[in-house]
Amino acid sequence: MKKKKKMSLTTRRAITGLTFILPWLIGICLFYVRTLIQTVQFSFSKVIFRESGGIRMEFAGLQNFKYALLEHGSYNQVLVDSLVDIVIDVPLIIFFSLMMALLLNQKFRGRTLMRAILFIPVIMGAGAINDAIEIARQAVQGGIGVESAEFAQANSGVSVQYFLEIFMQLGFPGKVVDYVVEVVGRIYDVIKASGVQIIIFLAALQSVPGALYEVARIEGATSYETFWKVTFPMVSPLILTNVVYSIVDAFTESKVIETAYDVAFSSYDYGLSSAMSLISTTLVCLILLVAGGLISRKAFYYN
Amino acid sequence: MRKHANAEGRKLRLVKASKKWLFVLFRLAVFAGITYTILGPLVTIVSRSFFSTDDLYNPLVYLFPKSGTLERYTHVMGTLNYGKVLVKTLVYDLLLMLIQLFICSMTGYGFARFSFPFKKILFGMVIVTIVLPSYAVMLPLYQTFIDFGGMNLLSTHIPMYIMTFFGCGLRSGLYIYIFNQFFRGLPKEFEEAAYIDGAGAWYTYFRIMVPNAVPSILTVAVFSLVWQYNDVFFARLFVYGGDNAMSIKLSSLQATISYVDKVMDPAEVSLYVDAGVVLGILPILLIYVVLQRYFMEGVERSGIVG
Repeated sequence: MKKKKKMSLTTRRAITGLTFILPWLIGICLFYVRTLIQTVQFSFSKVIFRESGGIRMEFAGLQNFKYALLEHGSYNQVLVDSLVDIVIDVPLIIFFSLMMALLLNQKFRGRTLMRAILFIPVIMGAGAINDAIEIARQAVQGGIGVESAEFAQANSGVSVQYFLEIFMQLGFPGKVVDYVVEVVGRIYDVIKASGVQIIIFLAALQSVPGALYEVARIEGATSYETFWKVTFPMVSPLILTNVVYSIVDAFTESKVIETAYDVAFSSYDYGLSSAMSLISTTLVCLILLVAGGLISRKAFYYN
Repeated sequence: MRKHANAEGRKLRLVKASKKWLFVLFRLAVFAGITYTILGPLVTIVSRSFFSTDDLYNPLVYLFPKSGTLERYTHVMGTLNYGKVLVKTLVYDLLLMLIQLFICSMTGYGFARFSFPFKKILFGMVIVTIVLPSYAVMLPLYQTFIDFGGMNLLSTHIPMYIMTFFGCGLRSGLYIYIFNQFFRGLPKEFEEAAYIDGAGAWYTYFRIMVPNAVPSILTVAVFSLVWQYNDVFFARLFVYGGDNAMSIKLSSLQATISYVDKVMDPAEVSLYVDAGVVLGILPILLIYVVLQRYFMEGVERSGIVG
């Protein structure tokens, strides 16, 4: 008791802080620490299933990691492809979702409808509803396929190639044209992947104090200035959140996870699968660290 | 002189008005394109859910069924046990959502405003829980709950409640991160004023911070609800059989219709699945439309149009 009185303010603050995160801390120790240890254990060993049930582990050193990166048929290529996809997609998604959030934050007729529409990809994107659609589709294609409207390829009637050639002849650098084509080709994916980010940005826009805009107006700031000096700094912490979410989301949807999952549950090679998960998790964490470092420097926090 | 000034003023107004109209047009074009991309597949699903078997094989039928039927819906409602399962699922998801909000906002606040030893490492753990693929936790979780202090908790909802309460539920890491960023973006003056007035940390948190974080709370509430509703991973891992989870029922709909109800033609089965998908999306979409009214009182001052 006597000791408690002597505690400095910082210690007391630290203890209060720890009580805030206490439930989570317990949970992490209960569920995740064990998982991580087990995953690391698996990744360094050959996991053998006993016929009597249960598993036996033989230490295998770095063999699993070597196999995953150097010998496995597709893993390293899939890994590189996914990383490149992330680098291309994430800036697009962030730009697109911020723009959409700004548009949706205005008052206009049909706003509720538009917000509902942009929310649909969040519902349909993953999980049970997506599963239901996919399984039914596979069954149709695997069975005596009928050419129903859904599967008939739409012919747009516009020859993209023709326009591309015109641009090339006009002297546009090939790399730029390629990138633009790439981007346009991804628009559907970008829209589908932006639902969550739009909602987060909308919430961020909502929590900007209105007084700041009043001040800006009184000071005679143009709307352009208001955006860059008020809106943008105020939502910048949430840009980081969205970057993190986009990266993680792109990664969980990617073939990397699929490959590791297949290795674990089709060929029952837990060791290799764990090594793959560790490699990809480490890489993503590194990307997040870099992205976080870059954005945090620009982001605006009150403290 | 005055005439000249008038002309200038008119010109300015004209420029301003045309700018505004251009912007409205731009917005319309963007929205039209997006609506088309998103609703395209959904429209097909909705229209097919009304198809009769004749419509399915009639090449003249496109989107609008000739001999439309509600049979798909009545059948699927029976198969899914829709009313009962929906209520059960929503109650379960709402409870989990409340726990998520409480625990994750607390944790997020703890990380945002306090400094304690190993904070960086612990926050790194939050990130790891977001990034770590969910199947990697599968085996240990299964082992934990099949023998939880001598009890087998599988096939009940209890494991999910326990995990959510300890901040390890479905995507809890992400919610913690969202709350953390939100709280860091709030001005410190509020809390300092409260501290000076002698309020404790908990009082300040509940009375000052939470009311200011309503937008983020609603955001997380929506995500938590949708993802929990849609979740197949944990539902399968903890084996919710029978009528316990809409997600399991929906994702196994194809199999149920073709093997239990003996509809042999996979194309016809897909019509039933389409009806099921519509039934699955509707309640969640409705909840979102109602909720979004609360958190989106528009701010027209965000500065992209004059």
